Amino acid sequence: MNVTKKEFTISVFSENHVGVLHRITTIFTRRGINIESITVSESEIHGVHRFNIVVTETEDHIKKVVKQIEKQIEVLRSFYYPLSKIIYQEIALYKLPIKAVQNGAGIEQIIRDNHARILTVEKDFLVIEKTGHKGETQALFEQLEPFGLLEFVRSGRVALAKSAKSFKDYLKVPELGKRITEQEVREMAEKID
Amino acid sequence: MESAIEPAKAKIEKKLKISGSEALVRSLLAEGVDLMFGYPGGAIMPVYDAMYDFQDQLHHVLTRHEQGAIHAAQGFARATGKVGVVLATSGPGATNLITGIADAMIDSTPLVCITGQVFSTLLGTDAFQETDVVGISIPVTKWNHQVTRAEEIPEAIAKAFYIAKSGRPGPVLIDITKDAQVQEFDFSYKKCEEIRSYHPIPALDKSMVEKAAKLINEAKKPYLLFGQGVILSHAEAELKAFIEKTGIPAAWTILGLSALESNHPLNVGMLGMHGNYGPNLLTNDCDVLIAVGMRFDDRVTGKVSDYATQAKIIHLEVDPSEIDKIIKADVPLLGDAKIGLKALLEKVKPNEHKEWLQRFRDCDKKEYEKVIKDELYPSKPELTMGEVIRMIAEKTAGDAIIVTDVGQHQMVTCRYSKFIKSKSNITSGGLGTMGFCLPAAIGAKMGAPDRQVIGVIGDGGFQMTIQELGTIFQTEIDVKILILNNQFLGMVRQWQQMFFDKRYSATEMVNPDFQKISAGYGIESRKIDSRDVLEDAIDTFLNHKGSYLLEVIVGKENNVFPMVPAGCAVSEIILE
Ligand SMILES: Cc1ncc(C[n+]2csc(CCOP(=O)(O)OP(=O)(O)O)c2C)c(N)n1
Repeated sequence: MNVTKKEFTISVFSENHVGVLHRITTIFTRRGINIESITVSESEIHGVHRFNIVVTETEDHIKKVVKQIEKQIEVLRSFYYPLSKIIYQEIALYKLPIKAVQNGAGIEQIIRDNHARILTVEKDFLVIEKTGHKGETQALFEQLEPFGLLEFVRSGRVALAKSAKSFKDYLKVPELGKRITEQEVREMAEKID
Repeated sequence: MESAIEPAKAKIEKKLKISGSEALVRSLLAEGVDLMFGYPGGAIMPVYDAMYDFQDQLHHVLTRHEQGAIHAAQGFARATGKVGVVLATSGPGATNLITGIADAMIDSTPLVCITGQVFSTLLGTDAFQETDVVGISIPVTKWNHQVTRAEEIPEAIAKAFYIAKSGRPGPVLIDITKDAQVQEFDFSYKKCEEIRSYHPIPALDKSMVEKAAKLINEAKKPYLLFGQGVILSHAEAELKAFIEKTGIPAAWTILGLSALESNHPLNVGMLGMHGNYGPNLLTNDCDVLIAVGMRFDDRVTGKVSDYATQAKIIHLEVDPSEIDKIIKADVPLLGDAKIGLKALLEKVKPNEHKEWLQRFRDCDKKEYEKVIKDELYPSKPELTMGEVIRMIAEKTAGDAIIVTDVGQHQMVTCRYSKFIKSKSNITSGGLGTMGFCLPAAIGAKMGAPDRQVIGVIGDGGFQMTIQELGTIFQTEIDVKILILNNQFLGMVRQWQQMFFDKRYSATEMVNPDFQKISAGYGIESRKIDSRDVLEDAIDTFLNHKGSYLLEVIVGKENNVFPMVPAGCAVSEIILE
């Protein structure tokens, strides 16, 4: 059994009903697992919502948590992935006072180097946007901080599996929402290092 | 479309607008409900009003506390296999249900709880008697849902019943705002047969069945453990056929108790902390362990890292999240216990394991000498719990429904009761809820009126839901109440004696006169403290027409043995 904690992304596909988020989060709360980030949006299937939840935990616990999530009546499927198995992205917004760009202090170079872009320039402030992994948005944060950063926000992770399968493949009628089998859990686990 | 309402009536109802409350009543009738337990209050009054016109079809039992109502519904469900239905008002009515809901959740008991809620316009405003019962009950319900419009009621109820009883059963809560109870709409009812995100019974994996059968056929010391899954999936006959064909000894969890008759030669006894010696000890000696419809509770496994590490584990279980949760399965058999056992039965070869079975018998002998003899046939003057239970088992010939509370008496009753019928042992296993017994016994009797129902309670637990004597009084049902009075919170005291240096902190009970209390409720009673009158007292108790309370004063500081001390391996079970 692997007892080292690693970062995992859990994807949950569920019906869009009141209370599903609460049901899912209590499963983490019960085990004292801290959710590092969470995003929710409608998936490629109308009416099916996708949660992406990032946690750092042992794989053993994650496996059990995923099964307990799947057990919720409104959950269609749930999967978990290590970093190596997903394509993911986050977005960060940085608000700076307008004077930060006025005194020729090299903001332009920073934006270029980081492949960031300016979203808006207002009378008193401007907003810079950067998409990237946390390390990248954090690096830009550190570079902009000396300029008197007014506000900063980073989104939760959006992630897709590195596989040509669509979630629809798992949901094809009449198998719509077929529960994950023990065999699949084991196969999934074997694929993960 | 399936409906219990006769077609003629249904046609009229299609045209007639009815209130949400009446729709709820008609929905319950359509689900075949004829009995429910509850307690009224402001936010559920329209429903109670609608029930007034249906009293002949839908009987309501007024308990004395909502906790009593829900435990009664649990007792009903466990005795009948049907869904228990509970009604309560908002706020305190709803929160009083929580203990029972949690109990039903952990013990997989099908319940539909209906709570009234404040007007939908007042939700979230801290209105009078508003609690977020949907939020509170999320962690302890299989599913819950709030209804704010009358026309949602039939579908919500249909889903509630389907979810509560299918797959691994559990409690469901439907919270209905008061405005939804009074609004009118065109009623029609359709039973729920499918929910796209919910697959209650996973299909059995044939390759796993092959693997399991191979392990079983090659095993020298196979051993089967069964839990309530056998009862819930009606797999009693399949279990028996399976062990008889293979000659495999079988032991039970206290939730599985009564699924296999007590005197079956392959029934080797009770698992767990106060279970039998052989079943615990030999768990760590078998070569193949077949777990059927049980979930490896820590009271059963003891120290998990030392649990059956030598054995190949086959786990037949309907709930995927139970597989590998505690004990890793070498062969996971995901599926219904009945279907799984049937499939296995075809693949296993007839066998006998005489020497292996003899090992259990040898352990029994040792346990009898060291523990059982003195418990059942004591030489000391003070009465033991065991001798009382033994006598009841003899006199009822194992035919009664035995309901227990939580504590020493529960362990003793499970150990020494005898059963010949399934669904006859009703106890709070997973949650260990004191106060469960009295209301659960009431519910069991109402579900199985033709059977003798005996509640066995400690002096502590009796006082947790003692008010339900009022329910007995009002309904005039026949429940036999046996108080095994040791004047202590016995089980806690035993731990204090063994692990806390006999420092009896807050466990001594100064008890009231239970006979006077019982007299106040019109229930005949007797109190005894000597062996000479035990048999006579039990005869009176069992043969009395109507409810009866028998209080037996037992040894104050008697302990339950054997015991797997907390944190120890099952093989470290101690006999004294
Ligand atoms: C509601 C609740 N509170 C506390 C406990 C902890 N507890 C477990 S057994 C026990 C003692 C029970 O005493 P009694 O009812 O007299 O039964 P005995 O053990 O003496 O047979 C207690 C306090 C519990 N199980 N349930």
